[in-house]
Amino acid sequence: MLARPGPHGPVIHDMNAAAAALGMTRGARVTDMRTLVPDLRVEDAEERLDHADLARLSHWCRRWCPWTRTDGTDGLMLDTTGADHLWGGEAALVADMRRAFTQLGLTVRIAIAPTVGSAWAFARHGREKVEICPPDRLAARLGSLPVAALRLDGNTVLLLERLGFRTITALAEVPRAAMARRFRHGTPLPANPLARLDQVMGRTTEPLVAAAITEPLRSLRTLAEPVTEPDSFTHVLGHLMLDLATQMEARNIGARCLRFTGFRVDGGVSAIQVATSRPSREPEHLAKLFENKIETLDPGFGFEAMVLDVIDGQDLALSQADLSGETDTGVALSRLIDRLIARLGRQSVLRPLGHGSHVPERAEILVPADTEMPSPAGSMAAEAAESPPPYRPLRLLSQPEEVEVLHAIPDGPPARFIWRRQTHRVVRSGGPERIAPEWWREKSIVRLRDYYNVEDSAGRRYWIYREGVAGDGRGGNPHWFMHGLDA
Amino acid sequence: MNARYRTSVLSLVPERLQTSDPPSAAEDQRDSDLSDAPDIQPPPLPGKPQLVELFADSRDGGAVGFALAQIPRAQSILWVQDRMCAQEMGQPHGRALARFGGDPDRLILACARHAGDVLWTMEEGLACPTLGAVIGEIWGEPKALDFTATKRLALRAERTGIAVFLIRFGAATASASVARRRWRVTSTASAPHPHDPRAPGEPRWRTELFRARDARPGTWEGGYDHAAHRLHLAAPLRDPALAATALRREGDG
Repeated sequence: MLARPGPHGPVIHDMNAAAAALGMTRGARVTDMRTLVPDLRVEDAEERLDHADLARLSHWCRRWCPWTRTDGTDGLMLDTTGADHLWGGEAALVADMRRAFTQLGLTVRIAIAPTVGSAWAFARHGREKVEICPPDRLAARLGSLPVAALRLDGNTVLLLERLGFRTITALAEVPRAAMARRFRHGTPLPANPLARLDQVMGRTTEPLVAAAITEPLRSLRTLAEPVTEPDSFTHVLGHLMLDLATQMEARNIGARCLRFTGFRVDGGVSAIQVATSRPSREPEHLAKLFENKIETLDPGFGFEAMVLDVIDGQDLALSQADLSGETDTGVALSRLIDRLIARLGRQSVLRPLGHGSHVPERAEILVPADTEMPSPAGSMAAEAAESPPPYRPLRLLSQPEEVEVLHAIPDGPPARFIWRRQTHRVVRSGGPERIAPEWWREKSIVRLRDYYNVEDSAGRRYWIYREGVAGDGRGGNPHWFMHGLDA
Repeated sequence: MNARYRTSVLSLVPERLQTSDPPSAAEDQRDSDLSDAPDIQPPPLPGKPQLVELFADSRDGGAVGFALAQIPRAQSILWVQDRMCAQEMGQPHGRALARFGGDPDRLILACARHAGDVLWTMEEGLACPTLGAVIGEIWGEPKALDFTATKRLALRAERTGIAVFLIRFGAATASASVARRRWRVTSTASAPHPHDPRAPGEPRWRTELFRARDARPGTWEGGYDHAAHRLHLAAPLRDPALAATALRREGDG
């Protein structure tokens, strides 16, 4: 069962057949339903993703006819006029659709009818799973359907039912003038049964407007002879990149992710992919990102065609370099980040990001450098300006290392410690800075830490901490750890 | 050599002489020290950005502070480490960068697998004109770090005007290199803490310039002046007792 947030806690968005059999209804509160069925499994609904999936499905439906669009949150509309004979008639077309959707694991109700409204009515309120309605039988077949089949909103349906109109026939028999007096001309469509009736019967036209599919940004080159040399790939890439850059410029788009694909003679495919930290359509810069990867293309017996396409793009307006020819500072830096990521990998090019925590290793996390910069208020400089920052060492060990420490009992500063099998005699020490564990995040056995910044007899500075205090009831004697080195 | 450093040193040395009042024998000793010491000369910090190589012990983070003190304030920094350096010496902590005039929001940290990648990344960084500095850390003496690699770095750094610091942790010997300055940096006792006599204060380093293209090698004592964002180098005092006194007085003042 899927839940979405409602005004008073989560409500049921949708459910499977088993839940429906148990008496769950859409829009009911999850807490109410839990009292009926205690072991209800609830997941969050992702309406945005559902809608995106439906849009993709509607694109996929263009295999049958070119005009398709989504309808509401759970329907697809196809204008099959002039396309059905290609599939051997309407019955064969419907059979093919059922087969294809069943293969996708989806259950469908399909109706073919002369108007958009009547197809909608048959698909949602018809008695059969598949209905094909020829034009001459439209009025007769529609007549027995309930008024809800007219694509009216809930209030209007309720009103009509209270007035005694159960079926479309009942509604159609009312004199037009009487209806027009009740539902005036300007009433919006979902609340106007008369206008809807006209649409269903085909008295007013309702064209099916297909959503426009944006052309993919892609550049293709078929080669006269199969190529196997990385040098020639680079050469082809250069040509494709120029072409693609022109296309991108025409549409004011910059690439965030590009794929370079080679189609082999034996039918195989080999592809490489690069990403940028900010949209770009500079041919030289983008070509440079591919530089180290081009050898990983596996040509086999040679590529006979190569394609470069933009997998992910972002709006990028035309920009003009200033007269002095200086490049924008941000651009130069993001290009550098792109090049480093292309070679070292995204997880190896990082930037520190402040994080709301007191524990030193969590107070600052390293994120990939191409992630969006936080707002200025969230940056570490702004944070430091608010309060004088506590002492932190220049380098933090990724894993604190245990040290043996000689110190005054019970909780004096360290006097001598052994780190990595060498003894350091502490000359001066500052602190302690006590950092309590984050009880809302960690287990109750985690102990507090007392941090000391110490200097040994050679002048080397370290940041070490004692975990816990003697007798805190969270373990035996406290242990000491080395956590950082300072300049 | 840079005139700014000249004034700073000359003003530092007499102050020490005035404030200490040791017996006259020590006075003579110091005079002779000053006269024959090769160290009293303007600190050999490069006037323009170039490749500087720093050698440091594998337990000592001092070289990092020495490098950061020479980087222009609040500039983008590309910091590259090989795997061993990140593991043994830890990763840079952004929050502490502010103590050396750095801006943690403008730090890019690259983790390279081996020295070859470190050198490649440093070279790429030098192609980006908006970087303030490039810091590379290499552990030990890898094969990739040869004469040619350093020469490429040195020439690029001079062409683009970006300061490059190559920090060598745990290198036993200094292999052939074109670095314009080669320093050996070790931490020494820090300056007294202004409020807490038992706590370490501003860091200080003992810096030995053992090879330079256009300066005389020597040994200096380095410190960082946060207010002026400047590295100041001074000749170390020879007499240990005197050095201790001077240090104490400085702390009182």
